[in-house]
Amino acid sequence: MSFSVSNMSSDHLSGKNLACIRGDRPVFSNLTFDLPPGRALILQGANGSGKSSLMKIIAGLLPATSGEISLQGQNILGDKDWISQNICYLAHKNGMKPELTVAENLTFWARLERHNGDVREQAVKIGIDHCLDLPVSYLSSGQARRAALTRILCHPGNIWLLDEPTVGLDSDGVALLSGLMNDHLKRGGRILAATHIELGLEADKSSVLNMADFAYQMPDIFEESLL
Amino acid sequence: MISLTLAIIARDLRLSLRRGATTIMVMGFFVMVVIMFPFAIGPEQNILQRMSVGVIWVAALLSCLLSLDSIFQSDYEDGSLDQFILSPVPLELVVLAKCIAHWITTSLPLIIITPILGILMNLPEQGYFPLILTMVLGTPALSFIGGIGASLTVTLRRGGVLLSLLILPLYIPVLIFGVLAVKATIDGYPATEHLMLLISFSLFSAAITPWAAAAAIRSGLE
Repeated sequence: MSFSVSNMSSDHLSGKNLACIRGDRPVFSNLTFDLPPGRALILQGANGSGKSSLMKIIAGLLPATSGEISLQGQNILGDKDWISQNICYLAHKNGMKPELTVAENLTFWARLERHNGDVREQAVKIGIDHCLDLPVSYLSSGQARRAALTRILCHPGNIWLLDEPTVGLDSDGVALLSGLMNDHLKRGGRILAATHIELGLEADKSSVLNMADFAYQMPDIFEESLL
Repeated sequence: MISLTLAIIARDLRLSLRRGATTIMVMGFFVMVVIMFPFAIGPEQNILQRMSVGVIWVAALLSCLLSLDSIFQSDYEDGSLDQFILSPVPLELVVLAKCIAHWITTSLPLIIITPILGILMNLPEQGYFPLILTMVLGTPALSFIGGIGASLTVTLRRGGVLLSLLILPLYIPVLIFGVLAVKATIDGYPATEHLMLLISFSLFSAAITPWAAAAAIRSGLE
C-alpha cells in the first residue's frame, strides 16, 4: 500500500522514491510509504525482496541509493542522533551475548541507549523475569527472542522496526507480541514489521506494504542493450 | 561519554572472564612459541641471550594477532554491532573501548608472564625492566593497529589469514624499536628515542584507529 506524496501529513513517517542496490544486486526502486502515528505497516514479500534492507535503510544501517525518508518535514535518513532517540530496531539477531545473563545484557543496552526503564519490570511484562539471572546461552531460542523483545519495551523510541519478530516464539509468545504491538499503537507509536505470520493487529491500525510492487525496474536503456 | 566507554570496556572484560579460553590460549601460544626456539637452535646460552628479546617480541606480536578477530567478530555475529551503531554512543568510541579491552585481555597477561620467559631465554638481568617497559609502551599500538584490520575483515568469512597479511607488516616498526630499545639498554646506551617512538606509535594508532575502524565497519555492514 502506498500513498501519493501530496497526501502525506507532516507527522507521518514518509518514504519517497526509495531505491536500494546492494553490491551489484538491485533490490527495490520507487518505493513510497506513509506511516501515521498509531499505525503499523506490515512488510510482505518473498525472501530477498528487500524487507530487511528497507528497515536497515530507515535505521541508518544501510544507505539508500536514492530517495528520502522524512518526518515533520525533516529528512531523517542517516540522522544518527534522531534515529538513536526515536527508532528501536529488532533485527534477525538478538544482540545478546550468550555468556552474559539476560539482566546483564538488558542493563548494558539500557545504559548505552540512555534510558532508565526498569529492566525487571519490563521483563515481567514479557514473561521472562524468571530467566533474568540465567546466561543467555541457557535459554531456548524463543526465550532469547523474548529477552530481545524486553529491550524494545525499555527503549523510549516511538518507531519500532521489527524484522521477523516472531522467529522462535511459540503461540503464546506471538499472542504476547501482538498485545505489546497493539498497546504501542494505542500510545501513538509506529511499527514497521516484516513477518510471514499473521500478527493479530487491529485491522484499522495496520496496512500491508507488498515489496513485490517495488521490485527493481531495470531502465529501458539497459534492457535494449541486453537485447 | 567516559562512563559509557568504561561500560563497554567492563562488558568486554566480563565477557573475556566468562569465556576464559581466549586469554588462556593466547598466553599458551605465547609461551609455546618462545619455548620452541631453544629446542630449534639448541641450549647455547650466548645465542639464546642474543635472541631472547627479539624472540619474545615476535612471539608477543603473533600472540596478539591470534586474538584480533575477537575484537568485533562476536559482536557482528550476534547482532550487537548493529545495536552499537544505532545507540547514541559514537561508533568511534565503541572502537576505542573495544581496542582498550583487547589490550587488557591480551597484551597485559603477556606482559605479566614475560619475565618467566625471559628466564627461559637467558635474558640478561638488566634487560627485564626495559623489556617490560617497551611492551607496556608498544603493545597498545598492536591492539589499535589490529583493530583496523579486524574492522576491515569483520564481515568476511575466513578473514583471519587476510587479517594477518594486512596487519603483520604494520607491526614491523613496533617490533624494531621495541627490540632496539631493550638491546640499547642492555649494551649501556640510552634508549629514550626508541621509547619515545614506541609511545608515538601507540598514541598515533590510538588517534587514527577509532575513525578508520568505524568507517570500515560501517562500509562493511552495507
